[in-house]
Amino acid sequence: MTTPAIPAATSATAGSTSVADTVSNAEVTPHREQPYAALGLKEAEYLSIREILGRRPTSGELAMYSVMWSEHCSYKSSKIYLRQFGDKTTEKMRTNLMVGMGENAGVVDVGQGWAVTFKIESHNHPSYIEPFQGAATGVGGIVRDIISMGARPVAVMDALRFGAIDDPDTARVVHGVVAGISFYGNCLGLPNIGGETWFDSVYQANPLVNALAVGVLRHEDLHLANARGVGNKVVLFGARTGGDGIGGASILASDSFSAGGPTKRPAVQVGDPFAEKVLIECCLELFQQELVEGIQDLGAAGISCATSELASNGDGGMFIELEKVLLRDPTLTAEGILMSESQERMMAIVTPEKLAGFLAVVEKWDVETSVLGEVTDTGRLIIHWHGEEIVNVLPRTVAVDGPVYEREVAYPTWQDALQADSSSSLARAATSTLLREQAIALLGSGNLASKEWITNQYDRYVMGNTALSFPDDGGMVRIDEGSGLGFAVATDANGRYAYLDPYRGAQLALAEAFRNVAVTGATPVAVSDCLNFGSPENPEVMWQFSQAVEGLADGCLELEIPVTGGNVSFYNQTGDVPIHPTPVVAVLGVINDVADRIPSGWQDEGNNIYLLGTTRDELDGSAWAGVIHSHLGGRPPLVDFAAEQALAGLIKSGSKQNIIASAHDLSDGGLIQAVSESILRFGVGARLWITELMERDGVDATAALFSESGARAIVSVPREDDVRFIGLCEGRGVPALRVGVTDGGGFGASADAAADASTSASTSTSASTDASTSTSVSTSTDASTSASTSTDASTSTSVSTSTDAERGAPAGATLDVQDHFVITLDELRATHRGTLAEHFGPVVGH
Amino acid sequence: MTSIGVITFPGSLDDRDAQRAVRLAGATPVALWHGSHSLEGVDAIVLPGGFSYGDYLRCGAIASLSPIMAEVIEAAAKGMPVLGICNGFQMLTEAHLLEGGLIRNDHGGFICRDQKLRVENTSTAWTNQFPTGAEITIPLKNGEGGFIADAATIARLEGEGRVVFRYLGVNPNGSLNDIAGISNARGNVVGLMPHPEHATEEGFGPDTALAMRNGTDGLAVFASAIASLVAAA
Repeated sequence: MTTPAIPAATSATAGSTSVADTVSNAEVTPHREQPYAALGLKEAEYLSIREILGRRPTSGELAMYSVMWSEHCSYKSSKIYLRQFGDKTTEKMRTNLMVGMGENAGVVDVGQGWAVTFKIESHNHPSYIEPFQGAATGVGGIVRDIISMGARPVAVMDALRFGAIDDPDTARVVHGVVAGISFYGNCLGLPNIGGETWFDSVYQANPLVNALAVGVLRHEDLHLANARGVGNKVVLFGARTGGDGIGGASILASDSFSAGGPTKRPAVQVGDPFAEKVLIECCLELFQQELVEGIQDLGAAGISCATSELASNGDGGMFIELEKVLLRDPTLTAEGILMSESQERMMAIVTPEKLAGFLAVVEKWDVETSVLGEVTDTGRLIIHWHGEEIVNVLPRTVAVDGPVYEREVAYPTWQDALQADSSSSLARAATSTLLREQAIALLGSGNLASKEWITNQYDRYVMGNTALSFPDDGGMVRIDEGSGLGFAVATDANGRYAYLDPYRGAQLALAEAFRNVAVTGATPVAVSDCLNFGSPENPEVMWQFSQAVEGLADGCLELEIPVTGGNVSFYNQTGDVPIHPTPVVAVLGVINDVADRIPSGWQDEGNNIYLLGTTRDELDGSAWAGVIHSHLGGRPPLVDFAAEQALAGLIKSGSKQNIIASAHDLSDGGLIQAVSESILRFGVGARLWITELMERDGVDATAALFSESGARAIVSVPREDDVRFIGLCEGRGVPALRVGVTDGGGFGASADAAADASTSASTSTSASTDASTSTSVSTSTDASTSASTSTDASTSTSVSTSTDAERGAPAGATLDVQDHFVITLDELRATHRGTLAEHFGPVVGH
Repeated sequence: MTSIGVITFPGSLDDRDAQRAVRLAGATPVALWHGSHSLEGVDAIVLPGGFSYGDYLRCGAIASLSPIMAEVIEAAAKGMPVLGICNGFQMLTEAHLLEGGLIRNDHGGFICRDQKLRVENTSTAWTNQFPTGAEITIPLKNGEGGFIADAATIARLEGEGRVVFRYLGVNPNGSLNDIAGISNARGNVVGLMPHPEHATEEGFGPDTALAMRNGTDGLAVFASAIASLVAAA
């Protein structure tokens, strides 16, 4: 479709600068031409608005309907499918669900009087136009959703998809997006605890920036977005309203990019994280003093959305005097004010008795505030501009009863051929040398390489409750300092799989996120999703979408964990070529005590390494097929939710019994990638043997190392716990095969800290066998825990002399795949770390 | 019991972390507000990390003019232990309680990493519980942590033993002489860019040789203030 011209949209709002287009004016000028198309509305939608109102809309009303009826705000193409998330539920799935879909974010009861709210949302289109501000305000927007539930935001993470890593434009987007997330998230004081990043040319002109935020609250602090109580005040507070982001939800987020189209930059919002940080603390104090009846953040569609949604969810009407909005730009028109997506603003409903208390709190935090109007019993949303009525609508017609489309769905003409083109024709690695080369090629490929270049720009420490973060499989945060209660969260999506089979691809994303949470020791309890697709006006895209939603809803039903909310992002395409369907799934888990958490890598030598689950010859759509053979075809791996649940139950039980030293899920890149990552986590090596695996599961060496079968994980188990562990696996019916042993070199320090912390690592081979090493270890530990202990002078000597060698790996640690090949830790690390650094710049300290 | 105040400015982020660290070290944390003129009788003060006032103008510049800073400056002159962490260090230089200044990292970006330091001076109010030459690992996270001063000031700081913390192995931000933290002449006011409060609780600190996230090297910073106050009492 063609892109509506922005200048026209601007003139549409600017056209009525001097004299407002009032309701009475609209009644007497029914034939005035209105720029609905430039505002993103179809003709049928415009006519429908006229029918609802019984007259033409005023320019203000047109502005409101255009943003609220946009795909981004109304879910008009996806609504009929999303209902499955509510319909396909069991009693068990609803038990702990305090707030489900439809509110700003879902809320889950996690016990001990605590609740967790979380949500993932897209900010894709702005992030391509203006990567820094687009990504920054993506973080800001999702965090405000969390605040408006009454929660304190406590963590963020992000799922990112960029174009080919070696495309010149990718670096522009990567630098901007990462800097934007870093700038906003760090300045808000929220730890960034994980996420994922993929590079694929299908995202070249349409990167994905999906931001997730998690908040915690006491049950009694839960707040909802509704305007009840006639006479209660409607208060707008936070940053002033400016001209940024006008039409962000409609003309930007609800349309495709096209070459040669007009710049959409003015539709991108600009973020001020300091204003948002102050707003967070201010809101929490307002909640604490019980000064707020209802609250809503201002995001997409700004004041149009907040007023119409609050009024729709309430029990009456609302009256607003729009000229009371504090402006950053005094030349803004009424229509511009209604559509502006200026950031860091909130709208609250406050009783007249509590207004003074409310104003005292906002004044303490220097947050600008204006009382715009009040809740009425008219049942209508009425907005005045300098005494003249410019909006008079039934709020539900704006916010709830928007158009619903049953878009045309067509099975893609190319789908069968794609699935028939399996990886079986691809050459397997015939020699050990080739296996080694392929393992290294995968480890250094953009999607599997270390993401430290990105994550080292994020604060993971702030708040002091981070129990796990990148590069462990899931991020984990303590909720309660007394009991240790915590949550874990992970996001996943494999667009390659979803392209081959969107139903199964969505289920695989769910299964992987579920597994990533499970391997931390937490119990998965809820799902949020961000569904990124091409244009809904393309019937083949709608088929992909319908399949993915159905797969995800069926999967959640089978796992018995509910979808609590999320977001749909359509129009992710430039020109006619849509992105791979990318259903990003976030799974939230609960852990009773974060002290029971399990790291993803091994810290000790001599532990047995077990492969849990069954390995099938599943290389279609794999990283191996993509990286080694540039191939994408066939059918993605099978999904077995019962096996996923058994695996999760086993790991949780093992964590409680304290017999699992590490657990790491197997996914992209297969067994060899997972083992490599477990080695790199703390710098402890491994010997691996695959002959028994090949015999037991009937696979060749290539499949043994690179297959991406689901429901698998590697765990390391201390030898003394071996018998108990085997018993546990047998009891729970989880296939377990000892495939190796942790071995040599490493030293317990993280790959990151190894350099700085491993005082004598460069001079000794192993902690347990080398006396001098253990001496210096205990010395530094003593110094850290008890300040009175005197430090052995030799420690400082060894450190200061080993400064230059610090970056080196502990000598001796290797990945030894017996009878096949050996890779030293040095080479693993250089390969893993080198790729992003090569394309985007050095990582500090590497 | 010793009480240590932690001042919250608009945009402070690590204020509650500093309070927790004070508690874990054995003192009573007291939340102080930037807009007040009362130190509420505390025995020592921490200016926490964060982005006060969004780091607009210059990091720490606006906060250094907050109402409560008048009392902080007065108390510091009388010898009260004052610690500035990260943004707090920036405020101390802006308030001229410490010399030099902090500029954008030489690599231009924000960096978060577990950072090795040497405690160069173990006689200050905030380092007296470290053994001589102690080497510690605590988190570092900043965008504008490059310490600068003119050559004469650097020479004086070095000559008087007022370089309290020095980066080891990796200089993460281009600080002159690898300087991570300094003190005033009296040794009661100390500022550093890395975050000792993030290495005070097992399970939530940097990785150590023995276990994941178990580093507590920062605890002695707070224990030192308590010890110096007890000794002075």
